[in-house]
Amino acid sequence: MSLFTALLAGVIFGIGLVISGMIFPAKVLGFLDLAGRWDPSLGLVMVGAIAAGSVAFAIARKRPRSALGFEIKLPANRQIDRRLIAGSLLFGVGWGIAGLCPGPALVDLGTGQFKPVVFFVALLLGMGLFEWLNRRWGG
Amino acid sequence: MTIDWNAFTPWSALGGGVLIGLAAAVFLLVNGRIAGISGVLGGLLQPRSGDIGWRLAFLIGLLVTPLLFMLVGQPQTVPIASGYGALILAGLLVGLGTRLGSGCTSGHGVCGISRLSPRSLVATALFMLAGFATTLVVRHLLGM
Repeated sequence: MSLFTALLAGVIFGIGLVISGMIFPAKVLGFLDLAGRWDPSLGLVMVGAIAAGSVAFAIARKRPRSALGFEIKLPANRQIDRRLIAGSLLFGVGWGIAGLCPGPALVDLGTGQFKPVVFFVALLLGMGLFEWLNRRWGG
Repeated sequence: MTIDWNAFTPWSALGGGVLIGLAAAVFLLVNGRIAGISGVLGGLLQPRSGDIGWRLAFLIGLLVTPLLFMLVGQPQTVPIASGYGALILAGLLVGLGTRLGSGCTSGHGVCGISRLSPRSLVATALFMLAGFATTLVVRHLLGM
């Protein structure tokens, strides 16, 4: 049952990405290109998502368990540290180069085109590089 | 700055955004998990037993979405202008950066801001700023 609801959440997320146009790098870059002809759409995607998400997180704050009885796991780390800052900046640079972030990259991979495969393999390598660095740093 | 009114799609953006928030709500309130895609994916690189199925199920849901659109007669093709070198560099940076910074557009941008996490507010401001700056450099200074 929980696997089915996880799959369902993924599908709803994917449909949202398709409908909002966020699977298209050109649309994402249209938002990031403040100096050119600006497409504010991505901002409204965030507004819609955060509006719906806020309700859910307000409900989650009052209950320790999910509808299927799982512990609701909220991140405990409160530290604004160098890792958070450096990581977010690196991600933003990569995002600005191709207009792809992990969610849309997965949906694009599902279209069966070749370029998303190239991006996705590089993304996995980048994540692997983090695991390697993380072990070296002993964290 | 000039607004590109022809490209701007306010209603589908808002509607699609609400669906994304709804998906995060289902994942949180039913599965008890944060719908942060880089985190869900990254957790598979250090797999622990009992911690794999829900991750795979969620990611497969994203992956099969184009198939579902195809089944209802709306096949999706995504034009990608970036060349292979740019895609590889961007992929490496997005993979490393999202894991080092513990989140991406979904985990920090949607879920984190929804719960008013200071860490996520800072992360989102920074990756947005870096995205704006990079696009400025790539498009307007390098002319690519």
